[in-house]
Amino acid sequence: MKYALLVYQPREIFDRRDEGMIAAGRAYGEALQAAGVLVGGAGLDSPQTATTVTLRSGKRQVHDGPYAETKEFLGGFGIIDVPDLDAALEWAARHPAAGFSSIEIRPLQGFYFPGAAGKTSQ
Amino acid sequence: MSRSARGAIEAVARDSYGRLIAYLASRAGDLAGAQDALSDAFAAALERWPMDGVPEKPEAWLLRVARNRMIDAARRHRVRENYEQFLLQLAEEAEDIAATHDRFPDERLKLLFVCAHPAIDPAARTPLMLQTVLAIDAARIASAFLVSPAAMSQRLVRAKNKIRQAAIPFRVPEPAEWEERVSFVLDAIYSAYTTGWESLTDAGSSHRALAGDAIAIGRTLVQLMPNEPEAAGLLALMLHCEARSAARYASAGEFVPLDRQDTALWSRPMIEEAEKHLRSAAAFKRMGRYQLEAAIQSVHAHRMVSGKIDWPEIVLLYEGLVQIAPGIGSLVGRAVALAQAGKPADGFARLEEIPAARVAAYQPYWAARGHLLELLHHPAEARAAFARAASLTDDPALREYLFQRAGGDE
Repeated sequence: MKYALLVYQPREIFDRRDEGMIAAGRAYGEALQAAGVLVGGAGLDSPQTATTVTLRSGKRQVHDGPYAETKEFLGGFGIIDVPDLDAALEWAARHPAAGFSSIEIRPLQGFYFPGAAGKTSQ
Repeated sequence: MSRSARGAIEAVARDSYGRLIAYLASRAGDLAGAQDALSDAFAAALERWPMDGVPEKPEAWLLRVARNRMIDAARRHRVRENYEQFLLQLAEEAEDIAATHDRFPDERLKLLFVCAHPAIDPAARTPLMLQTVLAIDAARIASAFLVSPAAMSQRLVRAKNKIRQAAIPFRVPEPAEWEERVSFVLDAIYSAYTTGWESLTDAGSSHRALAGDAIAIGRTLVQLMPNEPEAAGLLALMLHCEARSAARYASAGEFVPLDRQDTALWSRPMIEEAEKHLRSAAAFKRMGRYQLEAAIQSVHAHRMVSGKIDWPEIVLLYEGLVQIAPGIGSLVGRAVALAQAGKPADGFARLEEIPAARVAAYQPYWAARGHLLELLHHPAEARAAFARAASLTDDPALREYLFQRAGGDE
């Protein structure tokens, strides 16, 4: 079963990201890799850097900013492959941001697309 | 239709429905699919058994038909990759069960843990248990929970879809998570009981039947978790309350408070059963919320033989309960027990400590406050508290009683 772990954080957290938090995120990703459950994932830059695009009546509309102005924003995501929801919950609870973020767990629907691009991280 | 065939089908449905569902669903990871397949199997039995006779192993027969239905359904819809493997395994097991004299494995404990999984909407947990473990139909559950049948079946469908799509596992929790996960199961069962208990005036209602259903699940749970004292504690608590159902209202329907109930109307067999479970729980020396609540009820039950209530003992039990489960009910209960033990001022001080926001809509708080103010000789304030309590209950008999204590017949 593949699940997406979606990490939602208050805006302030994006501005307060430091070496320690980044190192903790990296260690978490490595732990997922070592356990053989990681499909892929990344941390995201702050919502100020976001651009949103829609196509309506064939017309492309681009606007500055994230999809919705809310209190919390998507700060990162991972896709893991584990036997069931309990196993996914266990991994989600170990996320270094779990203490100050909300981690939503969603099963992937149908197909997923392993890609050739970006095989290496950075 | 031959009577024996119908009787056999009804007997299997009554005794084995929960076990059959648990067995099929725990292997497929799909509760809704298991229910559909099993109802098809029962329909097939209604058709075949009167003609062919009742099979030697009716449950194995039903399992085999249900398994075939699940294979058909799997072929029609695209399903998860591990489904195929499950079906093969199930086919083998079904043959084994048919060939041996053993009953199939009892997976109901896993089913209960799935129904009360933290990833399931709390409002769906109790209905899900009632529907899948006891085969109670959605319409009856809906009327007991005072929601429309459509809303209830939507709630149940959503929960079952979540189990399948998010792959909530059918398993018994690890020791590290045991206590918390058990408490979710116990709370869901107790919630069925209290929902039924609150409307005893309407004795024939589906609402009321729910209390009996909760006790049935409680009994099953004690069998399935023989080493969990809180399961026995919960059953003892429900039995103690249920034992008094005939004494809660006088002949004309008036509410009778617990300490004035006629103990001759209490059910002795139920009290004895409750005491037996409470004793077996105590042997584990692992105290918990439900054992303490049952112990408090046990002290009340003792009035049947001693003619009095040991309030200081009840105070002690509430002190323990407040440590473990500082819910509003135990805080109010402790205050009343202190007052009844001869310390109304201490009791009132405890009531005053409870934050106002928690008691605004909590009827027992206002009834307790009225009672304590009366003991402390503040009749005007007592009347106001009783009037507030009366306006917070939906039980007509209780409302009438509280209005009487408020000194009016509004």
